[in-house]
Amino acid sequence: MVKVQSISGPAHPEHRAQEADHPTSQVATFDTDQPLPLDCGVDLAPFQIAYQTYGKLNPAKSNAILICHALTGDQHVANPHPVTGKPGWWVTLVGPGKPLDTSRYFIICSNVIGGCMGSTGPASTNPETGRVWGLDFPVITIPDMVRAQAMLIDRLGIDTLFSVVGGSMGGMQVLQWCVAYPKRVFSALPIACSTRHSAQNIAFHELGRQAVMADPDWREGRYVEQGTHPRRGLGVARMAAHITYLSDAALHRKFGRRMQDRELPTFSFDADFQVESYLRHQGSSFVERFDANSYLYLTRAMDYFDIAADHDGVLAAAFRGTRTRFCVVSFTSDWLFPTAESRATVHALNAGGARVSFAEIETDRGHDAFLLDVPEFFDIAHAFLESAGKTRGLADAER
Amino acid sequence: MSAEQPSLPLDEVASRPVDRYRSDHLLLAEMIEPGSKVLDVGCGDGDLLQLLETRGISGRGIELSREGVNRCVAKGLAVVQGDADTDLVNYPDDAFDYVILSQTLQATRQPKMVLENLLRIGRRAVVSFPNFGYWKMRVQLLVGGHMPRTDNLPATWYDTPNIHFCTIKDFVQLCDEINVKMERAVALNLYGRPLRFNAPWWFWNMFGEQGVFLLSRAEKIARTPGQDE
Repeated sequence: MVKVQSISGPAHPEHRAQEADHPTSQVATFDTDQPLPLDCGVDLAPFQIAYQTYGKLNPAKSNAILICHALTGDQHVANPHPVTGKPGWWVTLVGPGKPLDTSRYFIICSNVIGGCMGSTGPASTNPETGRVWGLDFPVITIPDMVRAQAMLIDRLGIDTLFSVVGGSMGGMQVLQWCVAYPKRVFSALPIACSTRHSAQNIAFHELGRQAVMADPDWREGRYVEQGTHPRRGLGVARMAAHITYLSDAALHRKFGRRMQDRELPTFSFDADFQVESYLRHQGSSFVERFDANSYLYLTRAMDYFDIAADHDGVLAAAFRGTRTRFCVVSFTSDWLFPTAESRATVHALNAGGARVSFAEIETDRGHDAFLLDVPEFFDIAHAFLESAGKTRGLADAER
Repeated sequence: MSAEQPSLPLDEVASRPVDRYRSDHLLLAEMIEPGSKVLDVGCGDGDLLQLLETRGISGRGIELSREGVNRCVAKGLAVVQGDADTDLVNYPDDAFDYVILSQTLQATRQPKMVLENLLRIGRRAVVSFPNFGYWKMRVQLLVGGHMPRTDNLPATWYDTPNIHFCTIKDFVQLCDEINVKMERAVALNLYGRPLRFNAPWWFWNMFGEQGVFLLSRAEKIARTPGQDE
């Protein structure tokens, strides 16, 4: 018998389900008279957007920064996470005196449409049927997410965002904001992202989705009613994805070939190596806080993303005449969104006449570097926002 | 951003006395019409771009070093990290009014290709470079028998980023070869001040510490007959 260590831990399905409909954050609800037109042709109504804010909006409403979260992120940027209890995912960057200074800027972060932390998504209850949406939820795209965010920003009474900031899928949203609402974005900080999802990245996402759907507990997406959760499938999806977020050098530095709590191999399929047990932990802690169907929808949204395709294949055309100030950042060891893709974005922005800066940060920490404490990256983000703030007339008095 | 080099707010820069700027930068800036759109290739810490912005010139930069890019971003400049040798090809034709290559030509792998790209991307190009025909260089090689080093070019031969030195004469020849029109040429002395305007080429080649050239595409020559080199 092959002994396989389970990757699932104690789960809190009720707690997670509660967050999907009644989140521990602010919620903007949009009734049937304000539908969200989706790219797939469906008008989603009613729907809700869960969001967090930090800091104060100044009287001129000129200091608002929208943070767009990555694939498995949420609105809890700088406060403890209601499900895991862990600190917010960007506390390194967001807070008083930090590059995204909450004593100076009004920071907004919403859970994306299709997410599972309080914005309407496959984990929410479909008001028409009273059942969880599941796969009945329409397929969403990055432009859909941004359209929903724009409705939230309208609701907050903000005309122009001082900045839109985000990494990975969040960076895609940043770029989409600049394309869809160029006049509403004063400055943009797209990090470790691209204007289209590459074939390799689509391939990894497909691997993750197939893992979820192959899990017998997935139950054709109806696992909530049937009291199951495809833990193993979603865990495997997360493990595979997590490898792509790191780099060979980072894994080697962190774990090497070191054994976990033992001297010699067990000649089994136990997690002999530290790196194995680390991945299993990543997989199991993820399934506790994330909805499997939401994972399917959000990965799909990233796959469909291709700004150039929406502009007759000419990327520069998407940014023509933009007045937004851009600062594009990439990381040397990121193989999910390699620097070459950021460069392509920058060239298109330049060709479109945009005011763009670009920096490649040297680090061996891979794609995840944007979530970690990388001082060079913080310096760039701080310097960019600081100088953009001066141009925007964000005086010291407003801090 | 580095601790030694705090960034100055733009308004403070604008009110700096003019002599705070490098004199060769002032000369370069003077060659550029106000209101133009400019790309500075190898913009370093962005000092020249900052000077240009005070004159209402909209500037963009390319810089190889991360530290340079960081300092430029801190100054609010639009600077992209990149390599003149490989990245210029990606810029569309006529994207800028002027492209500046200040003290960078000698560090490129393919100076000729870079020069051609400058005049494809920009209507005009402003190029400055250290003159290897400068008498002090000649003396060091002739008398000392070693590769010349100066205050402005202090690196040893094995440790220098400068791999394609040329003289003012060489550069003029290259411009002829790729059919580039020289609209203005100035040789600067060691202190960055222009040499006598009516001096002959050989004099500039001998006594100019650096050369500064305003170039344009040769097609213009065809359109304005009678204007001889």
